[in-house]
Amino acid sequence: MSKKAAFATPDGPIVYKKRSRLMETWNSLKTNPGAVFGLIVVALYILMMLLSFVLYTREDVVAINGKEMFLRPSAQHWFGTDEKGRDVFTRIMYGSRYSLAVGFGAVGIGLIIGVIIGAISGYFGGAVDILIMRFCDVLSAIPGTLLCMVLVAALGPGLINLLVSIGVTSIAGYIRLARASVLATRGNEYVEAARAIGMSEVRIALTQVLPNSLSPLIVATSGNIASCILSAAGLSFLGFGVPVPLPEWGALVSGGRTYMLKAPWMTTFPGIFIMVITFACALLGDGLRDALDPRLKK
Amino acid sequence: MADNIIEVKNLKKYFKTPHGTVHAVDDVSFNIERGKTLGVVGESGCGKSTLGRNIIRLQDPTAGQVIYDGQDITDLSNQQMKRMRHDLQIIFQDPYSSLNPRKTVMEIISEPILFNKLMKGSSKQDVEKRVRELMDTVGLAQRLINSYPHELDGGRRQRIGIARALSLNPKFIVCDEPVSALDVSIQAQVLNLLKDLQKEMGLTYMFITHDLSVVNYFSDDILVMYLGMVVEKAPAEVLFKNPIHPYTKALLSAILVPKVNGNPDHISLRGEVTSPINPPDECRFTRRCDYICDTCKAGTPPLIEIEPNHFVACHCVKPEGITLQRTVGV
Amino acid sequence: MNETLKNNTAAAEVDTRETVLEVKDLVVQYVLKEATVEAVNDISFSLKEGEAIGLVGETGAGKTTTALAILNLVPDPPGVIQQGSISVCGNDMLNLDVKELQKIRGKDIAMIFQDPMTSLNPVLVVGEQIAESVRLHEDVTASQAFDRAIEMLELVGIPGARAHDYPHQFSGGMKQRVVIAIALACNPKILIADEPTTALDVTIQAQVLSMMNDLKEKFNTALVMITHDLGVVAKMCDKVAVMYAGRIIESGTLEDVYNTTLHPYTEGLFNSLPRINNKGSELKPIPGMMPDPTRLPKGCAFAERCKYATERCFEERPASRYVNETHTVACLRYDEPDFHIEGVED
Repeated sequence: MSKKAAFATPDGPIVYKKRSRLMETWNSLKTNPGAVFGLIVVALYILMMLLSFVLYTREDVVAINGKEMFLRPSAQHWFGTDEKGRDVFTRIMYGSRYSLAVGFGAVGIGLIIGVIIGAISGYFGGAVDILIMRFCDVLSAIPGTLLCMVLVAALGPGLINLLVSIGVTSIAGYIRLARASVLATRGNEYVEAARAIGMSEVRIALTQVLPNSLSPLIVATSGNIASCILSAAGLSFLGFGVPVPLPEWGALVSGGRTYMLKAPWMTTFPGIFIMVITFACALLGDGLRDALDPRLKK
Repeated sequence: MADNIIEVKNLKKYFKTPHGTVHAVDDVSFNIERGKTLGVVGESGCGKSTLGRNIIRLQDPTAGQVIYDGQDITDLSNQQMKRMRHDLQIIFQDPYSSLNPRKTVMEIISEPILFNKLMKGSSKQDVEKRVRELMDTVGLAQRLINSYPHELDGGRRQRIGIARALSLNPKFIVCDEPVSALDVSIQAQVLNLLKDLQKEMGLTYMFITHDLSVVNYFSDDILVMYLGMVVEKAPAEVLFKNPIHPYTKALLSAILVPKVNGNPDHISLRGEVTSPINPPDECRFTRRCDYICDTCKAGTPPLIEIEPNHFVACHCVKPEGITLQRTVGV
Repeated sequence: MNETLKNNTAAAEVDTRETVLEVKDLVVQYVLKEATVEAVNDISFSLKEGEAIGLVGETGAGKTTTALAILNLVPDPPGVIQQGSISVCGNDMLNLDVKELQKIRGKDIAMIFQDPMTSLNPVLVVGEQIAESVRLHEDVTASQAFDRAIEMLELVGIPGARAHDYPHQFSGGMKQRVVIAIALACNPKILIADEPTTALDVTIQAQVLSMMNDLKEKFNTALVMITHDLGVVAKMCDKVAVMYAGRIIESGTLEDVYNTTLHPYTEGLFNSLPRINNKGSELKPIPGMMPDPTRLPKGCAFAERCKYATERCFEERPASRYVNETHTVACLRYDEPDFHIEGVED
């Protein structure tokens, strides 16, 4: 495909070259510095997670070392050590597998289920819509953490169950958002035009309405990744998450809280890691939304 | 016997709302001759767009029949209707919301062809060739084939909409205010295009608009609607020369002619359009009408033929003498 | 044509009306990162009290920008008034501070917009909204202002009792009447109406225009009517300025422009309209589209759509010339003594 999508000829009119959608999205993403930053950070985090599988064993992060408690950050312990003499850097590296899994996994579950139900609700309306919305009301009436705890208790402990329960808790929000967005989109005349060529309702919903309803969902999703990591932290702290000695990031932050004055590095570094991935996801989400919308391209 | 491509019989479309039943289209009957244009005029909310959408079954009528080419299509299943849809197409008013912003011109125009497998077995290049032909037909430069709708102006977008409708080789097209959103000079371009296409392809149009000068220019017959009902129907020349129904008269006198001193005082209508929700069983124009007779409140008036091909629905108009006595506001 | 000329000179002699609005050499641009939109390019016109001028043109001709510039309301950034002067009742609008401008807006000059749905505050009863604009500019008590609001409502044909209703309780035409009542509440000298009836139905449009005409005469308000509808201008205005790509390409009295049309674009506009009395006549649309306002050609902006264009038209920008005391046209071809357009078909 041509490098430039459109170019001006000397006599004025713009000629449009054939375009590949994937390339266009990529090209647009490339020119957005925020999105590039986000993409690089996300890539680095994933690299870090993969490396941790090779570099460390469970023993490395759980073993107690009474001689090296509360050491300041140094060349040997980049991020210092904790109250049991364990290297914070190693624990953060190792913990990335839990935190990233919870962040992306829970959001993925919430998003997929939420969008499907929300789109059905918004597109078809009627009794189905009323039923789904009342279900959402019930779901949002229960405090999130409580619901998570109930679900984990029912499903049993473990990473997968944790991310499923966090995902399920966030479904109501996605349903509402997807429904509102679909409602706004389905009123467009191109939906009727598709009906006029004989398309079935399901197909219209999937090919015409849904792609045009995604923008607010992408933004919400990127913001939610962080809140899922934090929910996991809270649950770990209450003993419903990843079992205690394992260094899930949220657990690291809450575990270090007691020693905030004595050893601030214990909470600061995992906190920074959570903050950076949150920020990167938000930037990447914004960039993706713009790149996927042909109207916002130059 | 006229060769009718569309026959509409007692068509009704009601919508249930929390406030009552909206009588959007109420007992409308008419025929459209093959190759002709039926203009449908009325103010916003009179049901003209709903009527158009019900005829090509974008919505399902509440009651009544639509007969296309001798076949009753009112009760066809979606599957049976799918084949019919090739013949029955629609052009929309808003050139901005009627095109999917995420698709290129090529994708928008080829979508009906590919979806209906009209060119089964043909290569991608053949489909593209067909799209380019259609673009030529509607006067879109071929270099725009890979552009997105938002990159084009209103006139060109409307041409895309027309090309999309033509891609299935339709016989009958509902034009729902196709030029209302366009500038005057562009409007004339699109009107001429639609007229040329009609001549070349023998299309039949139902032309829905609120603009009386456009409908006069474009239509063979004109249907005037008020609150879901037909109040007058006549050939265009007849309607403009000899409007009978008080509402038609008021509409025609409200046209602003672009001429110095071209707009003497018009007939001023009292009030505004009344609600189409649960309308009382009386002539729906009564409350705004300057001509009142004893029977106005006695049910909705039927359409009667007062001269050949000229139908009026007014209690005060009698076939033997078509004089109306102004009783209010003299 | 001679007769018009005579009439106009006669009128000029006795015309002692005060000039309330004067726009001179106005240039407005929208400066964006990628390009500069040349929205209004050197336009001038003036208006005496009680007069009505129609600014006619298609989307993007610069009509609305002109109106906003008169009120000094061009959104800045990106809008920049590059050049020109605007005088409203003797006030130099472009060199006043915000406080002084606020005093003039609403009091001496008011504006109504196309969409009545978005011009009203949905949570205030309409009487309050009219009273508010009175209280901003006049030293009256709240109850006096509300009485005035009721008076205004009745003037625009709405029963005074409805002053306590909210905007959503009114239909589109009624809302536009309320908007007009707000605009006229302080009896401004000038009213700018930006497509005031485009969103309304034909019969409602007729009602609203008649009412505006009556009020205009009653209060001797000068009117700037911005519209794309040549019929609305014929009904409402004494003077016309036809705009194209940010310039006035033809202007004059209604008779000048409608009866002795000179500019090829004006001719094209008239010939694009279906004739109500002559169904058989074919529409003669203007080919092509308005040029991109970020890349205006160096010659006449209309040249590439003009059937009379010569090579010179593409090279040179035409200046506005007077053909009689009131009638101006900006077209190079009129340098040739024998040139005339084919004319508007009847």
